[in-house]
Amino acid sequence: MSSILTVLFNGVAYGFLLFIMSVGLSVTLGMMNFVNLAQASFSMFGGYVKVTAMQSFGVPFLASLPIVFIVIGALSIVVERLIFRHFYNTDDLTQVLLTIGLVFMSIAIATYAWGGTYQRIDMPSWLTGQRDVLGLTLETYRIFLIAIGAAMAIILVLGLERTQLGAMVRACVDNRRVAGACGLNTELIFALTFAIGGGLAGLGGALSANLLGLDPNFPLRYLVYLLIIVSVGGMGTISGTLIAGLALGIADVMGKYYFPQFGGFVIYVLTVACMLWRPHGLLGRQT
Amino acid sequence: MSDMVLETRDLHMAFGGLVIFNCMNFALRRGERHAIIGPNGAGKTTFVSLVTGLLKPKSGNVFFDGRIVTNDTPQQRVKAGMVRTFQINSLFKALNPLESVVLALLERDGKARLSLRSVSAETKLIDEAMALLTQFDLARDAYGLTEALPYGKQRLLEIVLAVALQPKLLLLDEPAAGLSTQQGHEVFSQLAHLSKDTAILFIEHDMNLVFRYADVVSVFAAGALVMQDTPENVRRSPRVREVYLGN
Amino acid sequence: MSAIERLTPERAKAATGYFARLARWNVYEILFWLALAGMYFVPNVDLVLMSQIFIWGLFAMSLDILLGYRGIPSLGHAAFFGVGAYVAGYCGKFGWTEPISALVLAMAIAAVVGWLTGKLVQRVTGVGLLMVTLGLNLILYDLVHRSTDVTGGDDGMQGIVIAPVLGLFRFDIFGRTAFWYALIIAFILFVIARAVVKSPFGLALVGARENPRRMIMLGAPVEGDVSRAFALGAALAGAAGALLTQTTQFVSPNTLSFQRSADVLVILIIGGTGRLYGGFIGALVFLILRDWLAAISPVYWYFWIGLLLVVVVSFFRKGLLPSLETLLNRWKPSKADGPTA
Repeated sequence: MSSILTVLFNGVAYGFLLFIMSVGLSVTLGMMNFVNLAQASFSMFGGYVKVTAMQSFGVPFLASLPIVFIVIGALSIVVERLIFRHFYNTDDLTQVLLTIGLVFMSIAIATYAWGGTYQRIDMPSWLTGQRDVLGLTLETYRIFLIAIGAAMAIILVLGLERTQLGAMVRACVDNRRVAGACGLNTELIFALTFAIGGGLAGLGGALSANLLGLDPNFPLRYLVYLLIIVSVGGMGTISGTLIAGLALGIADVMGKYYFPQFGGFVIYVLTVACMLWRPHGLLGRQT
Repeated sequence: MSDMVLETRDLHMAFGGLVIFNCMNFALRRGERHAIIGPNGAGKTTFVSLVTGLLKPKSGNVFFDGRIVTNDTPQQRVKAGMVRTFQINSLFKALNPLESVVLALLERDGKARLSLRSVSAETKLIDEAMALLTQFDLARDAYGLTEALPYGKQRLLEIVLAVALQPKLLLLDEPAAGLSTQQGHEVFSQLAHLSKDTAILFIEHDMNLVFRYADVVSVFAAGALVMQDTPENVRRSPRVREVYLGN
Repeated sequence: MSAIERLTPERAKAATGYFARLARWNVYEILFWLALAGMYFVPNVDLVLMSQIFIWGLFAMSLDILLGYRGIPSLGHAAFFGVGAYVAGYCGKFGWTEPISALVLAMAIAAVVGWLTGKLVQRVTGVGLLMVTLGLNLILYDLVHRSTDVTGGDDGMQGIVIAPVLGLFRFDIFGRTAFWYALIIAFILFVIARAVVKSPFGLALVGARENPRRMIMLGAPVEGDVSRAFALGAALAGAAGALLTQTTQFVSPNTLSFQRSADVLVILIIGGTGRLYGGFIGALVFLILRDWLAAISPVYWYFWIGLLLVVVVSFFRKGLLPSLETLLNRWKPSKADGPTA
């Protein structure tokens, strides 16, 4: 019994990580209908920025996280302004190819800058080891992940519901043309959304580095997961992304724990079945 | 075989609580040119959508060619010989008018299946397509870009695509919308030349066109069939004037 | 508008002639295939690389049926390639060594898989479609990758024996037989694919690409056509896979990896969709460039492939071949689309 709960717990922690990495992709997909597979590269660079900040500049772990958020957020704005905004009106496939091209380039850049091997990640001692919670022995770091993930989810939902920027983003997701016609500066909203989404992706990458491993092939390994989450969760909904992220995290961890011989098979089959059942995602708008 | 190509019996339709019409009984003879007129919101377009199967009635039945088609899909109704055109142009951008019409004919005859024979082997269909384009004064545009055609010609092509299927019933939702008076008359004079095997049911706001080209006129108002008679009688009817002008 | 114009015989003939002209081979096409065959006689040419180019070209052409003609993007096309490759592998391993019949069998099985895939995905569109095709590809990859007892797993399948083609031409280490075998098979299948896209079915595919709703209202079996397009595309992809197995006498899960699905898409986009030749041109550019880049910078060559992709979708959005055609047409504006009668 306790082993099931521990596995479930690990799945939830993993799910929150996936949520943080993919929520920006989901929102930009819903808002601008832009398929940004390079989101996975933002995550990878987030991991590398953290590693560099900690190892070369001696920044403590917690302080490195906001740095990652800001650096990757700024990088996202640059990429959005320079490249992405020219592709808002093209079809899905063109966007997929463009961003796959960027993923290939990012892999080579990361290899050039940080080498092709896995990075060694040093964690502060207060985040290592295990703790007893309600009779279960749980890894401290995963507790930390769940706390951060839940906090992020709450901040995002409240931010989208309660703040002015959130209202503007929702207006753009609903109907970009009308929102623009009503005098909203859609360009600025796009750029800000990209920055926040990219920053979060970077943060997710930074948080995942010691759990998932960090090497230049990171984007290729996790790209499929991001695609699964946004297509299953339905585009443009934070709650859908959260549910899909958690479901995928739990299914993946459980599948690998209980049916190691099947590996990724379980989640792929579930994903395809889900997409055939509801082509616009679990919570997506069904047309 | 029944004299009627289309009949509706006790058709009832509502969106949510809003009743569009109750007990709609309607009949259309083979080969008839039949116009539906009526003020906005009378339920004309809803009626056509029910007939073609884009909407399903809450109760009642649609008979086509002596058969109940109420639960048939639009596709099945097309196969049975009920064809409509679209209010908004929806053509094939990358195909020229000749290719578009040939494609419609191939689909009509079920000949667009996997094969290794070039389209050019279908000489009969190509001749038929060219004859149709000639008939509707589109022969000169047959090889040009569909996108580049003037609006009126695009509407004509839309009608040709429907006529190509040799329907028993052709439904036209405002075929002259967006056309000049003269273009409108051209469209209708082409339609008037169609064989009497095809009945035509059209919604139209231009009364000149209606009274000139229809054999029978149905007047819809507030979800009811107010009157169904010859154009002359409809024109003279005080009730119709009432419907349009209010009390 | 009192007098109705009549159809003149000249006009009818011109219309049939128009379709005949679309289907006729032009001089550039003949030159293209002669040039490919002529590569054999170029001194120091890498014959193995050339047969790889034919195989990739055929593979990309198979995707063109789906993407270029029917407008269905697939991120999982390597699945069909892999099916063909493994069928050919099993044939060679278990005594069915005659290559041509094994190739036909591989195509048939791939076609069935493709037809089923088409049945499955015909209602899905957009990003969902990309995800489902990718998902199916990953499922198959995982299955093959894990079933070590049956497929040899990561190590691939050993002991594949391929008899000489027609009992005469043995596959040699210089790739001479492979060159001609791959080229001739690719050419025959190209001729078939070309006939199909110029046939009424090809016209129906383009119609459904342009406006599926309108096709339904013409009474066209749009969903059935999706399955048929998938079956055809899969059969051709399966042939490419079988060619790879037969010319290398080896098959591994690599043949159905996501990387291959992405690469074939890149090749087709570089070459240009919707004209069958795009796949071959793309394969030529991609493989030669990859060979050259990998030689000068073994670690970072993917950077340049990525850059190439970004440049192509940014500046030659239709691919190299159509961009070239536009350029050529600008030079000779006299060549109009059809008779002006």
